[in-house]
Amino acid sequence: MYFRISIATALSLVLGSATAVAAKGEGFNPAISLILDGRFNAYDNETDYELPGFMLGGEAGRGEEGFHLGHNELVISANVDDLFYGKMTAVVADHEGETEVELEEAFIETLALGSGLTVKGGRFFSAIGYLNQQHPHSWDFADAPLIYRGLFGDQLRDDGLQVSWVAATETYLKLGGEITRGERFPAGGASRGGKGAGSLFVKIGGDIGASQAWQIGFSHWQADIEDRTSAGHHHDSGAAEVPAYSGDSRISGIDFVWKWAPDGNAGERSLKLQAEYFIRDEAGRVIMDDGSDTPESTTYDGEQKGWYLQTVYQFIPRWRVGLRYDRLDSDNRGSDGAVLSEAGLDNEGHTPERVTLMGDYAHSEYSRLRLQYAKDDSYEEADNILTLQYIMSLGSHGAHRF
Amino acid sequence: MKRTRCLVLLVMGLGLSQASSARLNVFACEPEWASLAKALGGELIAATSATTARQDPHRIEARPSLIAKVRRADLLVCNGAELEIGWLPMLQRQAGNRKVLPGQAGYFEAAEQVERLGIPEKVDRSMGDVHASGNPHVHLDPRRVLKIASALSERLMSLDPSNTGHYRSRLDDFTHHWQQALERWQRIAEPLKGARVVVYHQDWDYLFDWLQIVKAGSLEPKPGLPATAGHLAKLRQSLMEEPASAIVYTRYQNPKAAQRLSQLTGIAALELPYTVGGGEGVTDLFSLFDETLKRLLQVVP
Repeated sequence: MYFRISIATALSLVLGSATAVAAKGEGFNPAISLILDGRFNAYDNETDYELPGFMLGGEAGRGEEGFHLGHNELVISANVDDLFYGKMTAVVADHEGETEVELEEAFIETLALGSGLTVKGGRFFSAIGYLNQQHPHSWDFADAPLIYRGLFGDQLRDDGLQVSWVAATETYLKLGGEITRGERFPAGGASRGGKGAGSLFVKIGGDIGASQAWQIGFSHWQADIEDRTSAGHHHDSGAAEVPAYSGDSRISGIDFVWKWAPDGNAGERSLKLQAEYFIRDEAGRVIMDDGSDTPESTTYDGEQKGWYLQTVYQFIPRWRVGLRYDRLDSDNRGSDGAVLSEAGLDNEGHTPERVTLMGDYAHSEYSRLRLQYAKDDSYEEADNILTLQYIMSLGSHGAHRF
Repeated sequence: MKRTRCLVLLVMGLGLSQASSARLNVFACEPEWASLAKALGGELIAATSATTARQDPHRIEARPSLIAKVRRADLLVCNGAELEIGWLPMLQRQAGNRKVLPGQAGYFEAAEQVERLGIPEKVDRSMGDVHASGNPHVHLDPRRVLKIASALSERLMSLDPSNTGHYRSRLDDFTHHWQQALERWQRIAEPLKGARVVVYHQDWDYLFDWLQIVKAGSLEPKPGLPATAGHLAKLRQSLMEEPASAIVYTRYQNPKAAQRLSQLTGIAALELPYTVGGGEGVTDLFSLFDETLKRLLQVVP
C-alpha cells in the first residue's frame, strides 16, 4: 500500500545526494516525506487567548485567524546501519513575516540491542501520555486537547536520552524512562547541568478477541525549573511583564485508548475511544520580570489538572466523525494574589471546558480534508471556532503508531 | 537484599521457562504463511498469524498485542514486497528483538524468494496503491508456493540445525503432496483457461497468471481506492462489449460493489477464500486451492 514515489527522487536531487536509490529494490534510503498542512480558522472572540489558572508556553494558543499554514514538515528517516535508526523532522513555518526552520525531532534509536531494550537519543517527543508521541498530522482533531495545551504547550519534547524495555510477555508491557535537558517549556533553565527533567512511563496493552485492541499508560514527569517564562494574564495597561517561574514541577498522568473494528478490519468501519488525565504539582516562586531590578514576586504552590475524552467513528470508508470533550481545573495559591493573577495563575473561578465536533474525509491514506467546530469555554467568554484543514503527505510515509 | 534475590529468581524463572519450550516461535504476517510454516515445522514450531482472512493485510495497525508477539518471536515469516510496510517496520522498531530485523536469519520474506509480476516502470501515487517491487500477492500461484516452501524450510534448518532431518523430511513430504496436488489442480482447471474475470483488487494476478485467466477489469478505479459509481458505470460499459464469467472478491473486501456490478451486468459475483481461513473448510494451503478452483469452476462454463 505504501510505495516510494518519484517525489522522493526529486527531493533527493534537490538535496544534492544520490542516496535515494532503491536499496534492494525495496525503497529509497533514506525515506523522505513531506507533510503539508494548511488551515482556515474563524473565531467569534477578538480577545487574546488565555487559559485561566495555567501559565501558557510552547505552542499553546488557538492559532491564527483566517488562512494560515499549519505544521508543514519535512521528515527524513532511515536505518543508519544494522544497529541504529535515525530520524529528523524539520518544521518550516512563518513567524512574523520570516520563514523559520525548526528542528522538531532529530534522534537516533537503537535497533538491535535485543532483549526488548531500545535506547533513543537526541530530540524527541516524550513517551508520556498517548497523544504526545504522535505527530500532529496523525491527530484526529486539528488541535491538541486543552490539557496538552495547558501543561505542555501542545506537546512535550526535549533533548535527551530514553531507555525503554518491552517484556517478553503475552500481554504487551513496556517500561521506560527519559532524562532530558529541561530547557523547553514546560521545563526551563536546563538546570542540574543540562539534565533537569526526567520521566517514567509504563504501557500495557492487548487485544480482546479479533475486533478490539486496547492500551493503558501511566506516566510521570518532573523537572527542576529555573526561570520558565510564559505568557501572563493579558491586560491593556502597564508595561510588558513576563512571568518567570522557578521551582519544581511534577506531572502524573494516565491514558487509555480502545479501538474497535469488525473482525479487526478497519477498512469499512472503525471506532476509537481515547481519554487522558494529567495532574501537575508545582511549588516555587514566580517573578514578574519587568526589566527592573526589583520585580514583583510571589510564592506559588499550584495544582493544575484536566482530562479529555474523545471518540472517532469511521462509518464508511474514507469518512469519519469525531467528538471531544475537554475539561480543566486548577488550584493555585501564593503569598501575593495580585502577582499570581498577573502571571495567569488565577483561574478567576473559571473551569475551562471545550466541546469539539470533527468530520473528515480521506481520499486516500495520504490526503485528508477536515472540518471542525469547537465551542471553546477556555476563558470567561465562550468562543465559537470553525476550522478547515487539509493534511497531505508526499513521499514515503512511514507506519503510524497504534 | 531480599527483593533483589526475588528478582533474580524471577528472571531465572523466566529464562528457564523460555529454555524449556524449545519450539521455534514463528510470527507469520498472514495466515497463508503461518499455515506453510506449520506444514514445514510440524510440532517443532509454534506459529501464529498477525492477521486473519477477514483483515486486509495492507491495513493493519501496529497494535500492542502484535508488538508483544514480535518481541517473543524467533522467526518472522512475512509476505514482503512492501505489503506490510504500513505496520511491520513499526512492530520491528518497537519490539526490541534483534533476531527478527531485516537482514537477520529470523526475518523471512516470501515474495523475495520468487519472481514477481507487475513491477512498474515508474511509480507515482496518482497511480494508486502500486508497489515498486511488484505485485506482492504471490501466494496464489502454487508453483511459487513450492519455491517459497523450500526456501522457508532451509531457513528453519539454519535456525534450528539440530533438527535438520525433521525439517528435511517434512519438506520432502510437503513437496511430494504439493506436486501431486498441482497436477490435479492443473488438470481440473483446464476449462478456466482464457476465462474473463473481474477482480476487486489486484490480489489475483498470480492465480490468473498460473491458470491463464484474463483479468477483465477491477472494481477499484486505482489499486487501493474504493469503487465509485462512475467507475462501475464504465466497467459495465466495457463488460457489455466483452462479457466476463465472474466478479471475484474476498472476505476482507466489501461485497457491495461486486454485488452492484453483478446486478448491473448479470455476471455472477463470487467470493473466493484468498487465504487460509477465508472460507468454509479452508484450513490449509491445499484446501485453499481446492476450494478456489471449485468455486471458480462453478461459475465458469
